[in-house]
Amino acid sequence: MNENGILTLTIEAKDENLEKVLSFVDAKMEEMGCAFKQINQVDLVLEEAFVNVAHYAYQENGYATIELEEKDTGLAITLIDEGKEFNPIEKEDPDITQNADDRQIGGLGIFLVKKLMTSVSYERKENKNILRMYKDFSI
Amino acid sequence: MEIKQIVQNDDITLAVIGRLDTITAPQLEAAIKELVNPKNIILDFDNLEYISSAGLRVVLGISKMMKDAGTFKIINVNADVYEVFEMTGFLDIVNVEKK
Repeated sequence: MNENGILTLTIEAKDENLEKVLSFVDAKMEEMGCAFKQINQVDLVLEEAFVNVAHYAYQENGYATIELEEKDTGLAITLIDEGKEFNPIEKEDPDITQNADDRQIGGLGIFLVKKLMTSVSYERKENKNILRMYKDFSI
Repeated sequence: MEIKQIVQNDDITLAVIGRLDTITAPQLEAAIKELVNPKNIILDFDNLEYISSAGLRVVLGISKMMKDAGTFKIINVNADVYEVFEMTGFLDIVNVEKK
């Protein structure tokens, strides 16, 4: 932990590292005394966001950084990569009322991120994609 | 994740145990592909604690595959997993029974 109380994990952005990424956030949430359901929801969010970076950010190998910061009643999670510019939250939500034949699975991950977090924002800065997600556990 | 398969006449039940995520979803997909002309597929989620969009993708694939071939349902779904189905509109396209 650095002096600002932010925990940081920098890891190669690939599917195989998913478990390590989730263990990182789970440990913090357990320390915060979060319920199993809350941990499950944040795992889901971080899986979708991290896998998105692993699949689309880089042509070849690259890294993702995850920052965790405990706030008053919640947890701020920031996911940073240096891959190509991509704002996941400007993508239109999938139509979840279509029948099975027409249903597209693409975009469902980010849709879940937006649904499950209290707030989500994106910034492109210094050639980095910065996705800021906040979950307020008091809601 | 672990998959246990039970065959009873035309019913094939796959009990999925653990987590259905980016890493494990391909295992379920592979298990489904190995079935020869399945009539009724039942996914038993009694011991499934987590599902992500990778798992939803496989569920949607089974749903499409079984549309004209037979029946498909998911049983014993816990509250957290059920919530994911609900949020994503999957309850409208897949027969999901709560635990």
